[in-house]
Amino acid sequence: MPAPIRLRELIRTIRTARTQAEEREMIQKECAAIRSSFREEDNTYRCRNVAKLLYMHMLGYPAHFGQLECLKLIASQKFTDKRIGYLGAMLLLDERQDVHLLMTNCIKNDLNHSTQYVQGLALCTLGCMGSSEMCRDLAGEVEKLLKTSNSYLRKKAALCAVHVIRKVPELMEMFLPATKNLLSEKNHGVLHTSVVLLTEMCERSPDMLAHFRKNEKLVPQLVRILKNLIMSGYSPEHDVSGISDPFLQVRILRLLRILGKSDDDSSEAMNDILAQVATNTETSKNVGNAILYETVLTIMDIKSESGLRVLAINILGRFLLNNDKNIRYVALTSLLKTVQTDHNAVQRHRSTIVDCLKDLDVSIKRRAMELSFALVNGNNVRGMMKELLYFLDSCDPEFKADCASGVFLAAEKYAPSKRWHIDTVMRVLTTAGSYVRDDSVPNLIQLITNSVEMHAYTVQRLYKALLDDISQQPLVQVASWCIGEYGDLLLSGQCEEEEPIQVTEDEVLDVLEGLLASNLSTPVTRGYSLTAIMKLSTRFSSVNRIKKVVSVYGSSIDVELQQRAVEYNALFKKYDHMRPALLERMPIMEKTATNGPSEIVQTNGEAEPSAVEAKHPPPVAQPANQANDLLDLLGGNDVVPVIQTSMPTKPASAGGELLDLLGDLSLSGPAPAPSVPSSQPPFLLDGLSSQPLFNDIAPAGIPPMIAYNKNGLKIDFTFERANPNPNVAVITIHATNSTESEMTEFVFQAAVPKTFQLQLLSPSSNVVPALNQGSVTQVIRVLNPQKQQLRMRIKLTYTHKGSPVQDLSEVNNFPPQSWQ
Amino acid sequence: MQFMLLFSRQGKLRLQKWYVPLSDKEKKKITRELVQTVLARKPKMCSFLEWRDLKVVYKRYASLYFCCAVENQDNELITLEIIHRYVELLDKYFGSVCELDIIFNFEKAYFILDEFLLGGEAQETSKKNVLKAIEQADLLQENVDFQTRLFAV
Repeated sequence: MPAPIRLRELIRTIRTARTQAEEREMIQKECAAIRSSFREEDNTYRCRNVAKLLYMHMLGYPAHFGQLECLKLIASQKFTDKRIGYLGAMLLLDERQDVHLLMTNCIKNDLNHSTQYVQGLALCTLGCMGSSEMCRDLAGEVEKLLKTSNSYLRKKAALCAVHVIRKVPELMEMFLPATKNLLSEKNHGVLHTSVVLLTEMCERSPDMLAHFRKNEKLVPQLVRILKNLIMSGYSPEHDVSGISDPFLQVRILRLLRILGKSDDDSSEAMNDILAQVATNTETSKNVGNAILYETVLTIMDIKSESGLRVLAINILGRFLLNNDKNIRYVALTSLLKTVQTDHNAVQRHRSTIVDCLKDLDVSIKRRAMELSFALVNGNNVRGMMKELLYFLDSCDPEFKADCASGVFLAAEKYAPSKRWHIDTVMRVLTTAGSYVRDDSVPNLIQLITNSVEMHAYTVQRLYKALLDDISQQPLVQVASWCIGEYGDLLLSGQCEEEEPIQVTEDEVLDVLEGLLASNLSTPVTRGYSLTAIMKLSTRFSSVNRIKKVVSVYGSSIDVELQQRAVEYNALFKKYDHMRPALLERMPIMEKTATNGPSEIVQTNGEAEPSAVEAKHPPPVAQPANQANDLLDLLGGNDVVPVIQTSMPTKPASAGGELLDLLGDLSLSGPAPAPSVPSSQPPFLLDGLSSQPLFNDIAPAGIPPMIAYNKNGLKIDFTFERANPNPNVAVITIHATNSTESEMTEFVFQAAVPKTFQLQLLSPSSNVVPALNQGSVTQVIRVLNPQKQQLRMRIKLTYTHKGSPVQDLSEVNNFPPQSWQ
Repeated sequence: MQFMLLFSRQGKLRLQKWYVPLSDKEKKKITRELVQTVLARKPKMCSFLEWRDLKVVYKRYASLYFCCAVENQDNELITLEIIHRYVELLDKYFGSVCELDIIFNFEKAYFILDEFLLGGEAQETSKKNVLKAIEQADLLQENVDFQTRLFAV
């Protein structure tokens, strides 16, 4: 059998292959030769063959049949064999292989070998890929070597110990004694690896951390070493561009960070050295900046004095202006981490950060965007939004969704005016309309509804946007909804904010019908358009045209569209008298917490008015003063206002807030025990969408009650459960006045115990006509998840015969069916 | 450091050092994806990128890309220095190193790397000491093989 070809020969040959197929053929041939050589148990050439196998493995070919051979090489006495054997083990034998454990004995022997280079090989292999079992078996040997005076071995043992600790954390304790005088070594290799070992121990165990802080006085030792590195002159062995052993400096700074975190004494002990490093380090090359970077991270994480922190942020500011992209990237990342805690300091660098939005590098742009959003506040919102919107226009698609969400959030928090807010929202919709998140459509609709004075302006702008582009679904949805609601304002051409446009009913209907027919519209969008057209039947005069459209879609293939069309058709035919009431303007919706739907509040922008509102159509415009008065009466801003024209961010829970009224309204009822009959069939219907709109008014037979009757003012409560939620009771109050003079400025307020939640919708009016000639109605919705006995405190204020009247009362006589 | 990869501009792997246990299949997948990502980067872009949940630091030296995946708490700038130090070691050892040196002497490239890094961390910060150790080990290899020169690798 001729000698197997040499490694370099093989490499040369394989590289001459011109195609993948040719290469594969050569490899297969050689593998066959190697396999037969292995079978012959040839000791002389085993090393050469395994080396070749490793080369082929790197090219991507299977080499598992060489695993056992690696073991044989490791067991050999020849250094060459061991070198290749261990390399093979590290490349082919990871801990998932069964053969792996067979190495343990060899490694153990080699750890005690007479030649340090053999010991080194063993330590290296163990430290790179030793499994937990191997680590457990050999930890003792490693620990022994950690105490040797041979620095070549000591440094390797330290890193090997790090690996052992990572694999088997319980063994950490056994290395503790050996760490005692690691830092008194002169050898930089040992110093560096020791710092890594100490870092690993401190990161993993708070006890170790405490021990090293107090007992070992690690901080002073590290400070001393770092000081020597900086102050000592040129050391050729460790110099990198004029800096002495930057690797060691960086590791020491990192360990100091861990030691100083949340510890005043340690932090104080390192303040000076940190300042020194920060000011003296040469910044012309990357290596100096690497040290400064680590220093800044440490300063920000420990309890440093404010002067030092400002110094750190300024270093980051300088980094931002550096020509080197890497430095700028690193600066943005660090600033992002510190923007919460040192907000004002970071604000100073805002313009530089905003400039980074225009950088070509994707990672830098993303960082700059995140940081910009973090820096937006009430003062700079206009300027920042301008930059961010410009960014949104020109950025890559991968950014658009996040940027759009960020803009919405920031606008919600800091909008200086409603018009600005709506303009901003429109801008996002028109530039990145297809990337906005799904929940933004209902949120926007809510925003628009609540900005009463902007309705005309909004609908006009949206209409114009639709004329330009109907491909962006969220924009189209919001626009159709608005046109449906405020189409009359569009026609009337009254717009204060900008030049009103002239538009006819037919033009508007053309646009909406266009949406219905267009291929670009999704089914959801079509639903919005159809409903909008329907709503316009009460606002426009071209009812016939609308009727025609609606009947056409009664046979649409899309089931949802068909159902809507059929119902609307029915509305025209049989229930025409209800149409105006049903299609009335939507009331102002109350907003709950920004995330998560609430069961009570309708946040969906769908134009399906619930039966409740259909029954009691509220007035179009909610006077803002009324809302303010309510707040005053209920004792300040702690109370959740129930009618709002601005964007509230408080949840609708009336729980603890109505403190004054609740006073001594205690819950004497039983604890929320399963007293609720589990088999109670719901009175309500199963879901709004599966029922015709106008059918779910069934009161479910709860008898009405008189809640209050005094001084001629009588308040009746009637009950419904016209809502898909069995825990919600819908109460309608009817206030009548039997006296001779009317009661004006009538305001009804209510409070419920903590386990309930209350929502008060807008009243029909605030004048109770005299002599029972009419009534004021208002809807209350009460969420009662624990099915507790319903109790309520009410407060009435009104003006009668010129003088203000105020009264408080409790309502306890709720019929059981209303809360069970 | 979790792993280091060296690959050519055509995407051919020249060296792979893994400090985390992964199956062969996973390693191949990661290598393929990362190589693609790095090769797609334009020359003016910065040396860092976020990839999966790791930070990747890469630098091109002539026709070879040196690519390291580090953990979130690692300092990217010093990782660049580590890469540079490794290149300097190779350069000193081979005398003006080029890609062909690494192709034909890959096992030596590994030996040098294993004297510089262990378990993903630097074990020796002095260039001189690393090179001295390699030299001694090479001598050891040669002495043993003196009689059996025919059977050198």
